[in-house]
Amino acid sequence: MIIFCLLYAGSNDMSTEQKELTQTPLLKIWVPGMGSSLGQRRGSSRPQFTNCPTMIVMVGLPARGKTYISKKLTRYLNWIGVPTQVFNLGQYRREVVQTYKNYEFFRPDNEDAMKIRRACASSALKDIANYFTKEQGQVAVFDATNTTRERRGVIISFAKERGYKVFFIESVCDDPEIIEANIMQVKLSSPDYENYDKEEALVDFLKRIDCYKLSYVPLDEEKDRHLSFIKIFNVGSRYLVNRVQDHIQSRIVYYLMNIHVTPRSIYLSRHGESELNLLGRIGGDSALSSQGLKYAKALAEFIRGQSIKDLKVWTSHMKRTIQTAEALGVPYEQWKALNEIDAGVCEEMMYEEIQATHPEEFALRDQDKYRYRYPKGESYEDLVHRLEPVIMELERQENVLVICHQAVMRCLLAYFLDKSADDLPYLKCPLHTVLKLTPLAYGCKVESFYLNIQAVNTHRDRPTNVNIARKTEEALQTVPEHQ
Amino acid sequence: MSSTEDIIMAIPRELTQNPLRKIWMPCKNGLPEKHISQKRVCMTNCPTLIVTVGLPARGKTYISKKLTRYLNWIGVPTKEFNVGQYRRECVKIYKSFEFFRSDNEEGLKIRKQCALAALNDVRQYLSVEDGHVAVFDATNTTRERRATIMRFAEQNGYKVFFVESVCEDPRVIAENIVQVKLGSPDYTDRNTEEAIQDFMKRIKCYENSYQPLDEDLDRELSYIKIMDVGQRYLVNRVLDHIQSRIVYYLMNIHITPRSIYLCRHGESDLNVRGHIGGDSGLSPRGKEVRYAICVCERLSIGHLDFTISFFSHMSQFAQCLGRFIQDQNIKDLKVWTSQMKRSIQTAEALGVPYEQWKTLNEIDAGVCEEMMYEEIQEHYPLEFALRDQDKYHYRYPKGESYEDLVQRLEPVIMELERQENVLVICHQAVMRCLLAYFLDKSAEELPYLKCPLHTVLKLSPVAYGCKVESIYLNVEAVNTHRDKPENVDISRLPEEALLTVPPHY
Repeated sequence: MIIFCLLYAGSNDMSTEQKELTQTPLLKIWVPGMGSSLGQRRGSSRPQFTNCPTMIVMVGLPARGKTYISKKLTRYLNWIGVPTQVFNLGQYRREVVQTYKNYEFFRPDNEDAMKIRRACASSALKDIANYFTKEQGQVAVFDATNTTRERRGVIISFAKERGYKVFFIESVCDDPEIIEANIMQVKLSSPDYENYDKEEALVDFLKRIDCYKLSYVPLDEEKDRHLSFIKIFNVGSRYLVNRVQDHIQSRIVYYLMNIHVTPRSIYLSRHGESELNLLGRIGGDSALSSQGLKYAKALAEFIRGQSIKDLKVWTSHMKRTIQTAEALGVPYEQWKALNEIDAGVCEEMMYEEIQATHPEEFALRDQDKYRYRYPKGESYEDLVHRLEPVIMELERQENVLVICHQAVMRCLLAYFLDKSADDLPYLKCPLHTVLKLTPLAYGCKVESFYLNIQAVNTHRDRPTNVNIARKTEEALQTVPEHQ
Repeated sequence: MSSTEDIIMAIPRELTQNPLRKIWMPCKNGLPEKHISQKRVCMTNCPTLIVTVGLPARGKTYISKKLTRYLNWIGVPTKEFNVGQYRRECVKIYKSFEFFRSDNEEGLKIRKQCALAALNDVRQYLSVEDGHVAVFDATNTTRERRATIMRFAEQNGYKVFFVESVCEDPRVIAENIVQVKLGSPDYTDRNTEEAIQDFMKRIKCYENSYQPLDEDLDRELSYIKIMDVGQRYLVNRVLDHIQSRIVYYLMNIHITPRSIYLCRHGESDLNVRGHIGGDSGLSPRGKEVRYAICVCERLSIGHLDFTISFFSHMSQFAQCLGRFIQDQNIKDLKVWTSQMKRSIQTAEALGVPYEQWKTLNEIDAGVCEEMMYEEIQEHYPLEFALRDQDKYHYRYPKGESYEDLVQRLEPVIMELERQENVLVICHQAVMRCLLAYFLDKSAEELPYLKCPLHTVLKLSPVAYGCKVESIYLNVEAVNTHRDKPENVDISRLPEEALLTVPPHY
């Protein structure tokens, strides 16, 4: 041991102080006092597993769900905190060729069109490089047919030069019913077909698909065995997965294998009004107020009225959601992951009390409500992480009613409606209101049902002054009324 | 919903909170009613039969055991049924590969009987004993055998999920044979050469009649085909949540040799004073240990004699060690910590990047945070007793249980499976949960696993399990392990409750 000490004692600068740790006030993360040279990502509230950007490259004939998958995957990755963007080649083409005439543009012997399409692809790739280098993007989804080995070769070289990983997602489908349904759902309303009637549009689009068919070279188990990819057959009845390289690709594969396109609805609701709600206190584990009990009954009636096939009902482990579910008279599952955000030392306080006892915390929360973590509690960012298995299971399920809490509902809603981290903590999720979400085209239709049972308002908007030095009145400006 | 429920207006039942698990359940006359369903991983309403498929030495038993261990750890009662074992019980002494020849009538009869005996036990486990998943580990290489199994499953209302392992790489197969076959009871009396010869001939016996799962013929079945130890997967018709989880797990495991190092943070200030939880910094002794860890793991030696008092300027020494570590890297070591100060302080000295996981934070003791056991006994004697009665399921008021912890740690386990060399600097309860996963410990044993301070556990996969090396760094620390006392009754005396509390300052 002495040997080691002597060897190294002489060669080191012994004046460096033991780095003390300090806790960042917003995220409540312990970091070394002096900026450490190690690990740039020290300050994040959860581990980042990507060390280099990833390009996800879609492959498949038109109307195979590539854009649907691209948008959905992007929405999911952004929600879990991985900056992702879609680059849709069709949009680049529409910008160059202002008016779409007909399928002839896509004929393989149309030299002029080919030139334009190649130029669009280059342009998109350039934007992808920019997204990674200048905009801190981590994943780029290149949404195009990419049906030839040649085109894919170009993309692979591009990625290799810059050190990006590539993961292919190929959608293969030969069921004419599914293809026609796709076309009806999303193609007919495309800007390309504004001036067509439905029948003409369908005929033209099918000819467009034919243009690609001749040159289509699917990913091959043998020839492409060195590539990383997933091949999705017939909307998910079968998958072929090859060479998953890292964590993010593994998560992507898991996600893709859990989503489906069967029509269904997801109902989100908070518990009925609780006793602590009435008193303007946050958190806790109180029972329903008398209005809350009325809501539970009204919810039961509403659900019955909707005549939902095989409805699953989920609650948190907190009394108020379970009481609400009890009124429905059907089996329900309790998920601890659906518990309300943990307000740590501020649990069961009124906003006025938080301002009185923790004014700095209160201000920090207004400054960055998404990342702000309560002392000994959680942040919205933590909540999203906690809710990820819930989202995954919601994707697997069909008709589900989730009875949860304000912060939790905001997180789930943000996932379905693709809301940013900045918008998420301020989404309006009032008591006694059911939101019915139904997947539609590339997104989600929302219907809001207020069940006409009075309740307090628990929504606190961001006040104008978020400075730590603000006055009490300024801090409490937006606190909703309570008893 | 049924029509009767349409008519009857449900009267919400009264709720009572179960004192141990802190779960709200409906009650009648003050007694809990049974119906409530907790969020359990296995959201299947019917049991699942996992059926392995593949030639010998393709990793079927490795996969079966690993999958069983994982499912049990996440709370899905699972059991494996290895037909080879049934065969060994029936045919006491294994002579040679000739037993497996496809024209050996006697052999075929015995093998079929064994398969049926195993299926019988499967039925016992799934239908009588509340098992959720049974793993039927055998070659199941013919369509005929698989049809038999499917008929059996259909009769009993089980879902079937096939896991086929296909591998043609002779090196992998040879490695398999050396790792696990040579040590099999079948070959105790053979030398290595003979054993390998015989086993290769055994494989040949199966090859001719092997009918792999077919993309077309078997398109209605639910299965995953694992090709070349995980380079490629074919997944067909995943039916439900548990199958989806199984597929995800199988796609994340690998067999590349590596080691996982588990240790706790260095001794903390609260440790020294006998308090639980909290977010304190390291004690002076704690600050020393992290460096010892560095030396230890880099040198990969089993025991390190380390006399701290010998050196007067600890911080200098600490730095020396830190530098030394940087020079001698374990190949691509990843270091993970929780977000609590004491584990981060411990990692800081290693001089390598580390990742903070909130999910590695110590168990939340709720209202008992930062209390000494003596204080918990004084203020919450009922809670203290309940915890001793069922430490795994017991949830602190406004806190967590070990069961909650396991659920929280599942993504960590999944990522540990994906990774190679990792050092996890965590906490007592967390380390117990992770250790229980690797060493296949039950829920009863888990909360009492010994994970002392200043000790690194090095886990290396070997054969079907995990080798553990314990490296105590010979730096003193308090003991934080509290055994289960004899009297766990609510009415016990304080002395009886505090009998096993470890000494502290």
